[in-house]
Parts: sequence; C-alpha cells; structure tokens
Amino acid sequence: MIDLSTTIANAWFPSPLFTASGCASSGKELAQFIDLREIGAVVTKSVMSKARHGRPTPRMAETPSGMINSIGLQGPGIDSFLAHDLPWLVSQKARVIVSIAGETVEEYATLARKIRSATGISALEVNISCPNVENRGLVFACDPEASRRVIDGVRRTLGGELPIIAKLSPDVTDLVSIAKGVVDAGADGLALINTVLSMVINLDTMRPHLGGKTGGLSGPAIRPIAVRAIYQVHEALPKIPILGMGGVSTGRDAFELILAGAKGVSVGTASFADPAAIITIQNELKELLTERGFTSVAQAVGFAHRQIEEPGDEE
Amino acid sequence: MSSINKFASRMNVTVVSNKRVGQYHQIVLNVGEIVNVCKPGNFAAIRVGGDNASMILRRAFAISRVSLSGPYGGSMELIVAPFGKGSKWLCSQTEGSEIDLIAPLGSAFGIPTEPVRALLIGGGYGSAPLFGLAEVLKSRGCRVDMYLGASTGGKIYAPMEGKRSVNILRIYTEDGSMGERGRVTEPIPGLVADGLVDVIYSCGPMPMLRAISEIVAGTDVVHQCAVEESMACGVGICMTCVLPVSDADGSISMKRSCIDGPVMNGASVVWDLVGKIPEAHA
Repeated sequence: MIDLSTTIANAWFPSPLFTASGCASSGKELAQFIDLREIGAVVTKSVMSKARHGRPTPRMAETPSGMINSIGLQGPGIDSFLAHDLPWLVSQKARVIVSIAGETVEEYATLARKIRSATGISALEVNISCPNVENRGLVFACDPEASRRVIDGVRRTLGGELPIIAKLSPDVTDLVSIAKGVVDAGADGLALINTVLSMVINLDTMRPHLGGKTGGLSGPAIRPIAVRAIYQVHEALPKIPILGMGGVSTGRDAFELILAGAKGVSVGTASFADPAAIITIQNELKELLTERGFTSVAQAVGFAHRQIEEPGDEE
Repeated sequence: MSSINKFASRMNVTVVSNKRVGQYHQIVLNVGEIVNVCKPGNFAAIRVGGDNASMILRRAFAISRVSLSGPYGGSMELIVAPFGKGSKWLCSQTEGSEIDLIAPLGSAFGIPTEPVRALLIGGGYGSAPLFGLAEVLKSRGCRVDMYLGASTGGKIYAPMEGKRSVNILRIYTEDGSMGERGRVTEPIPGLVADGLVDVIYSCGPMPMLRAISEIVAGTDVVHQCAVEESMACGVGICMTCVLPVSDADGSISMKRSCIDGPVMNGASVVWDLVGKIPEAHA
C-alpha cells in the first residue's frame, strides 16, 4: 500500500490533493460530486474582512488550454464565513485550509485574529497575490517588503500553532527572494502559483473583454510556469513545504509538480470542467507513484532535484 | 449533504439523433433515468472538443425537452446554435457519438399550483426550453400562449410538434421575414393592461428579459426569466456568471446564474446594474 499522506508544517493530510482557493467556493457546491473527506483538504475561496461584490461581468474568457478570470474576491466576509461556511465544512468532516485576503497589512491581521479563535482549521493560506485588485501596487506578493510585513503581522496575531502558507505570484522578477522574505517573516509553507496577470481584447467591440480589463490566467497553459516556480523555490528552500498549483488536470500533472518539489497539489480550473476531477487525479497519481516504485508521496517530493538516486532507495 | 446541485450527475451519453432545424441543430441524447429529475428551465453542461481539445470549459445548454419513453429510454433534447467553436463541435457530433454531460443543473421555472393564463416569450433559440415548459403548464390546465421573436425568420425556432401544447403561437421578426414585423415585446403592454395574462415565462437575450421586466413592473404579473451570463463551471464554484439581484431586505447581492438561476424572478434582477458593481456594502 502506498502512503499518500503529506504534511505542511505541523498539519497532516491523508492525501496530497487539495482544492485550489477560489475554485471550490466553500465546498458545498462540490459535495454532490465528491466526498470532501477523501481529499487532503478544501482550500476555501479567499475571504476578506467584509462582504464584497467583486468585479463587474464579463468575468471570464476562455483562452487556448486556459481561461482568464476577473472575479475580484467576491465573498461573504469573514464573520459570515466563520458563522456558516466553516461550520458546514467541519460538520462534513472535511479538513479545511482557510484562505484570507486583505487590502492592507492591518486587514490581514484582523482576519488572523478572527481565525485564531475559530476551530476546525488545519492551516491558513495568506493570499497576497490575487491579481484582480484595482491597484496593482496592492499585490503584496510583487513587493518583498510588503509581503514580509503582511506575513509578519499575521504571524504575530495568529500565535504559533496554525501553519501559515503564503500564496505567491509568478509575476515577479525574483520569486526566490520574495519566498525567502515571507519565510523569514514567519510563513511555514508556500503556495505556488497564483494566476498569471493577463488580458484579452474583444475583437467585436475592439475593447478589453473583461469587466475588470485584466485578469488571472489559469489552466494547463500555465503549468510549465508553476513547475518552474516550484522547482526554483524548492531548490533555494528545500525544507519549506510547498503547496503547488497551476493547470493540474491529470495524475501526471500532479506527479510533475511533486517531482519539482511540491508536498501537496491543488486542483483549480480542472474542477470547472469536471467537478470530480480531484478524485480522478488522486487515483491516477496513486497508480503512477506505485508504477514508479515509490511507496510514499514523501519519497517523490523534489525528486527532480536529485542527481543519481533510484526510486525506492529510501525504504 | 448540501442541496446545491442536488440532482446533478456527470455521465457519458450517446447522441441518438442530430438534425438541422433552420439555423439550429436539434440534438437528442440518450441520458437514461436522469430525465425523471430534469425540469423545464434546467440546463446541461457539456464538454466540447474531444480529449485533446484546447477548450477546457464546458458549454451550458438549456434542456429543451426530456422524454421518458422512446426506443432508447430516457432522452434529452437540446437546441444548439453553431455560433462558437464549442457549439460547432457539438453540432458536428453524429448519431452514436459519446458526449460527456452534467445535468440537470440550475433552477427551474416555477409551475403554478392553480391553472393560470401563461404567456411564454422566447427570443431566438431561447424558445428551446419553452416547449417543454408549455407541455407541463398545459397538463396543469393552464392556458398557454407563446410569442417568439428574432431579428429574422431563420433565427426562429418553432418546431411543428411544439405547437400542440400551445393555444396561440405568434411569431415576430424585426425584418418581417416571418410572422408579424416588429419586436416580440411590443404586444405585451396591451395584454398586461387588459388583464389577459397572469404569469410570463421568458428565455432569450438579456435586453429582451429586461424589457419584459420593465413592462410588468408595478403590475400583478409574475415574470420568471431564464438569464444568460457566460459561465466557466456551471456548478457554482467559479463565480463568473453573477448578476445583481435584490434580496428580500432590499440589499443587492451578486447571485450566480448557474445555481441561483438560470430561472430568476425578473422583478428581483437589478437590470440597471448588470455588468456593473452595486455600491459597496455599508
């Protein structure tokens, strides 16, 4: 039997497959199609301190092997989330990683304070890289100092128990330096990658197609970018757990991210095409690892970095 | 369990027939037992392009009709306009092809418990789900009138067999090439003023749905409309297909047309704000 379990800091998960934030809402919608207990955890849509409408429609454009979204963090706000969505997930016995997003360093700290008194959460994802904000200067993850300040504030408010996973953007010149900065500030793990800033112009109107003009590209089109980002960061910070995501649609794709250095893999856009995709991917990954002679997920993490070892040597 | 997507299942189904009807394709799928939980207004989400396609998102189609009986068991009819790459692919699928489908999804048209005078209004191939609805309304003793409109006659979808459940079928085209010249919304104010209609069911382009909502505003006529917003997932997780809808307490929230719709109360959609964002929350 292969051991599919994985850890992110002190949090244990029975499977390395997770939903991706913003691609599973708060779990209820997927429950008709999958058993939420069977996956590693539900990573919730990033929640902000107040209810938010998000950006105007159109919010979506399909692109070759991908899609661009411009949702803009529509959501119920943290109080409603903690009162309704989280208890529902807990009642389903799903493991939960709550994702938070803020407009200021203070908003993140406020969110962390509320999370601190909640129960049933395995880890906290701090989304500092949503591309769909009005002011590009507010994408904290594009600025090493701003990233560090957000994570530092969350760590101080949250205390020492709950693992913090900082979600980073690939749209930067030096991803490794930003990763190092947030780890120094108290992040226990990293989520790589958020969507890639992109744009589509409507040829009929000859104007930007999306209501928010720009959006975030996701889907298989960005998978090589995710592999690169995970590989680079794992090479520089081999001890820091990485939750990898970016266009994973098959077990092979999940395997690739694990080989690059991911301890867990999130499935996002693939769930739009098939709400049960995460379960199929989990089964395919299990088969693939077994075929290659691995007896645990842990053995395969970062395998692409090794020089001469053969699979199974660590048994 | 949650009640969202309660009846939906994903399955591979077979194309029973694919016929060209005017500018559209009438595609019948062998879907089996799910016909028992499909209601007029529900939609199906279909994977397009085959295994190696660069199109990663499903396409949503209103379920035109379902039938329990027939040589193949439960079957579902879709009316597809071959306008985009995905719908062209679907229209090219021949008898016997396998299709990956999720259904039924979304809300359904509310069926009155008492017989009422119902007016069904369809724009273009938006008439597709209205024929199945007409059958249900007729079986409940309702008087069913149907008005269909389009820019030109080739864009009207009105199959002969669909007329059985309808008392009056009127067709309006803007170029006068079929039926009466004019817009399908033009006769509605008169019917409403004369008290000849209790419930309007509509499906078609958003400006048509909006125009009907404005005509019946302030009257006792109920307007149930099937809205259209581009969606990525169809199951409520992507948040792309939202519309501003006013809640019972008067506050406005962005509702998903896939799970809170596609059938919505026309009076609660804030048509002015479609494509915009409501004022920030207090």
